[in-house]
Amino acid sequence: MELLPTIWFIAIAVLWTGYLFLEGFDLGVGMLMKLFARNNTERRVLLNTVGPVWDGNEVWLLTAGGATFAAFPLWYASLFSALYLPLLVVLVALIFRAVAFEYRGKVDTEQWRARWDWAIALGSFFAAFGVGAALALTTTGLPLNANGDREGGPFAWFNGYAVLGGLAVVGFALVHALAFLALKTDGEVRHRARAWFVRLLPVLLLPIAAWAVTVQVLEGKPWTWALVLLAVAAAATAWSMARKGAEGKAFMALGAFLALGSASIFGAAFPVVLPSTLNEAFDLTISNASSSDYTLGLMSAVAAFGLPLVIAYQAWTYWVFRKRVSAAHIPEAHSFLPAIAAKAFSTKG
Amino acid sequence: MDALDALEIARWQFGITTVYHFMMVPLTIGLGLVVAVIQTIWHRTGKPEYLRMTKFWGKLFLINFIMGVATGIVQEFQFGMAWSEYSRFVGDVFGAPLALEALLAFFVESTFLGLWIFGWKQLKPAIHLACLWIAVVGSVFSAYFIIVANSWMQHPVGVEMIDGRPVMTDAWAVFTNNTALVAVPHTLFGALAVAGGFLLGIAWYHLWRRRRDGVDTVGADGKVIAGEAAEIPGRDRDDHKVWLRSLRIGAVVAMISFAGTALTGDLQGKLMFEQQPMKMAAAEAACHDGTGFSVLSIGNIGSQSCDDIVALIEVPGILSYLAKGDFTTEVQGVNSLLPEYKEKYGTHLPDNPIYGERAGQEIDYLPVMEVTYWGFRMMIGFGGLAALAALVALWLTRKGTVPESKWLMRLAVIGILAPFGANAAGWIFTEMGRQPFVVAPNPDPSGIDQVFMFTAAAVSPGVSAGELMTSLVTLTAIYAVLLVVEVKLLVKYIRGGVVSAMPELVHAPVDENEDATPGPGGPGGKPADDVLAFAY
Repeated sequence: MELLPTIWFIAIAVLWTGYLFLEGFDLGVGMLMKLFARNNTERRVLLNTVGPVWDGNEVWLLTAGGATFAAFPLWYASLFSALYLPLLVVLVALIFRAVAFEYRGKVDTEQWRARWDWAIALGSFFAAFGVGAALALTTTGLPLNANGDREGGPFAWFNGYAVLGGLAVVGFALVHALAFLALKTDGEVRHRARAWFVRLLPVLLLPIAAWAVTVQVLEGKPWTWALVLLAVAAAATAWSMARKGAEGKAFMALGAFLALGSASIFGAAFPVVLPSTLNEAFDLTISNASSSDYTLGLMSAVAAFGLPLVIAYQAWTYWVFRKRVSAAHIPEAHSFLPAIAAKAFSTKG
Repeated sequence: MDALDALEIARWQFGITTVYHFMMVPLTIGLGLVVAVIQTIWHRTGKPEYLRMTKFWGKLFLINFIMGVATGIVQEFQFGMAWSEYSRFVGDVFGAPLALEALLAFFVESTFLGLWIFGWKQLKPAIHLACLWIAVVGSVFSAYFIIVANSWMQHPVGVEMIDGRPVMTDAWAVFTNNTALVAVPHTLFGALAVAGGFLLGIAWYHLWRRRRDGVDTVGADGKVIAGEAAEIPGRDRDDHKVWLRSLRIGAVVAMISFAGTALTGDLQGKLMFEQQPMKMAAAEAACHDGTGFSVLSIGNIGSQSCDDIVALIEVPGILSYLAKGDFTTEVQGVNSLLPEYKEKYGTHLPDNPIYGERAGQEIDYLPVMEVTYWGFRMMIGFGGLAALAALVALWLTRKGTVPESKWLMRLAVIGILAPFGANAAGWIFTEMGRQPFVVAPNPDPSGIDQVFMFTAAAVSPGVSAGELMTSLVTLTAIYAVLLVVEVKLLVKYIRGGVVSAMPELVHAPVDENEDATPGPGGPGGKPADDVLAFAY
C-alpha cells in the first residue's frame, strides 16, 4: 500500500480520536448541564471544569477537517457536501455552544442564564449527534455517483447507521463527561457523577459498541475484531475502577476504550475512506482520494513536529488547571453598576 | 428575474459569512496585540492604570473573540459543503495552509488564551504574560496561513497541472507567494486600525462622561484637573489615566496602521496591475488606456458597459504611479484587456456538466464595476478618515481631556465603525474583483497560466439550491441575532467602565464575581482562590 496516504489515514484517525477524547467530555458536560446539574451553582461547577480547555479541544475538530481537506480532498469534498444539512446542524450547534460558554455569565438574570444553558445543552447534543452520524456514514457509505456527488436528494444520507453513530457519540460523551466530572470536581457533584457513571456506563456505551460491532460485521478483519474485544475489556476496567473509587484510572480506561474502539472502526474501514452505496467502483479510497505525495510529505514533516507540540502544551494546560472544582469555589453572581449610571439621570440636558 | 440558483446562493452565503467573520477577526488580532503591549507595560512598570487597561480591554477582547471562533468553523466547513468542486480542484495545494492554520495557529491561540483568561493566579506573572503573547502570535500566524491560501486564489504559484488538477510542486513558492507577503502586513495593519479606532472611540466616550459628570474639570490654562467621584466605583484619578492613555495609544495605533496599510496597499496595487489587470481596471472604472486616476466617475448603474462611463474628475499620472511607479506609462483599460482575456481563457464557458445551466454561456470578464470602483474608494476613504480623525483627536486632547461637545463624542464613537468598513470594503473589492474566476489565472507565461477556475464550476454539484438557501437563511438569521447580542454586551461592559472587568474595584465585595486580583499582593481571603482565578 502507499505509505504516505496510509500515514495520513492513520493521522486523521488519530485526530478524530483526539477530538472525541477531548471534546467528548466537554460535549458531555454541556449535555449534563440540563441532565445532571441541579442548580445554578452546580451548573457553574460543571462549566468551570471545562472553562479553560473546551476551546482548545474544539480545535481538534477543525484540524481533523483541515487535515482531511489537505490530505484527502476528494473525501473532504464528497463527505461534507453529501452531509450538507446535518453538518449545518453541527455548525449551528457549535456556534451557539461556543457563544453560550462565554456569554452565559455576562448578564445576571435567571432568564438570560436559562437561555444559554439550553444553548449549551442542545448545542452539545446536536454537535455530538451530528459528528457521530457523519463518522458512521463515512464507514458505511453514502449514495455517491462517479464524480463523488450525492444522489437522491438532501436526505439521502439518512439511515439507521446515521442514527446509531449519532447515539454512539452522544452516549460516549455522557459517560466520558461523568468520568471527567468525578475526576475534576469535589463534593456532591463528584460523588453523584461517580454513582451515575457506574450506573449508566453499560447503557450509554451500548450504541458505540453496537456501531463498532456493526462495522466489524460489514468489513472487519481479525485484528480489528480483536481490538473490539480489548475495547470491551477496557470499558469493564473503567467500570470496576470507578466502583473502587479510582477516578483517574476509570477515566484513563475509558480513554483506552475510545482509542481501541476507534482503531477497530477505522482499521476495519481501511483502505476505503468513504464507500459509495451505489457502485463499489465509486468508492473513495486512500489511493484515489488523496493528495500528491509531495503535499502529504510536506504535511507529514510539519505534523511530525506540530502534533507532539500541541499535545505537550495542551497537557500542560490540564496540569495548570488540575485542581478539583467544587461548589465552594464558585463566586457570587456578577452584577455591576455602570460607571456612568450614577450621574446619568441627574444631569440630563 | 429567475429565482437565485445554487451558485448565486452559495456566493451570497460565502460573502455574508466571510464579511461577518471578518468583523470579529481584525478586532481580535488588533486588540490582542494592543492588550499584550499594555500588559507588558504593566508588567514592567507596575502602574495600576495599565493593569486596569489590560483588564478592561481584555474583557472586550474576549467578548469579541468568541464570536470569531464560533463563526470561523463555518468558514472551514463550507469549502467542502458548498464548494466541493472547488475543494476537489484545489485541495492538493489549498488544503495544506488550512490544515496548518488549524495545527500551528488555532491550537496555539485557543489553548494559550484559555491559560491567559483562567491563569491569572495559577501562573507566574511573566508566564501569564507570555501566554497572551503566544496567543497573539498564534493569531498572526492564522492570518498568515489563511492569506497564503487566499493569495493562491489570486495568484496561483508553485503548482503543475496533472490530470486536470493543480498539484503542488514547490511549497516554498506557495508559502512565499509575493501576493501573500504584501497582503499579510496589509491585513495586519488593517486589523490594528480597527483596534486603534476602537480604543479611541471608547476612551473618548469615558473622558467625555467624566467631564460631563463633573469628575474632571479644566483649569484656566485649559489643562485638565482630574478628579474623583467617590460614589461611583472605579471613577478615581487612575481612571482618568486609563482613558487618556487608551485614547492616545489608540490614536497613535490608528495613524501608524493607516500609514502601514497605505504603504503595503501601494505594493499590492502594483502587483495587482501585473497579476490581475482586469481587477485594477475595474477598480478604476478605467475603460480606455491612460495614466489618470479617477476621483469620481459616473455611469448608468448596472449597465456594465464601458461606453456609459464618464470620468468627471481625473488626476493625470496618478494611475500610472499606482501601477508602475512613474507618471507616464499607459495603463491598460477594460476595452483593451477584454480581447486579451477572451483570447487567453476563452469566450464561452466549456460545455461541461460541471457548469450546470451555465455551460456554454458567454463569459463576462468584467467584474461588477460599481462594487470594485466604490469598494476600492470606500476602503481608502474610511481608512484615511479614521487616520485623520486620530490626528485631530490627539490635537484636541493635548491638554489631557476631550472637549465637552456631545457631537464630537458621538463622532468619535461612530468613528469606531470606519476601519471596520475599510476592512470589509477591501475584501469585498478584492474578492468580487477576482470574478468571474475563483482561482484567477497567473499571467506568467511560463506554463502556469492555464491554472485557473471559473467560479461557475466551483459549487457543489450534488447540493440543491434548497439546501443552500436553508443554510443561507439560517446562518444569516443567527448571525444577525448574535451581532445584536454581542453589541449589547459590549455596550454594557463599555458603559460599566473598568469596574465591569475588575469587580475588586467595588469597595463593597457583595457583588464580587470574578475575583481576579493578580499577583501575590491581592487581598484574596478565600482559601479557594487559586482554584478559580476567573469563573464562568
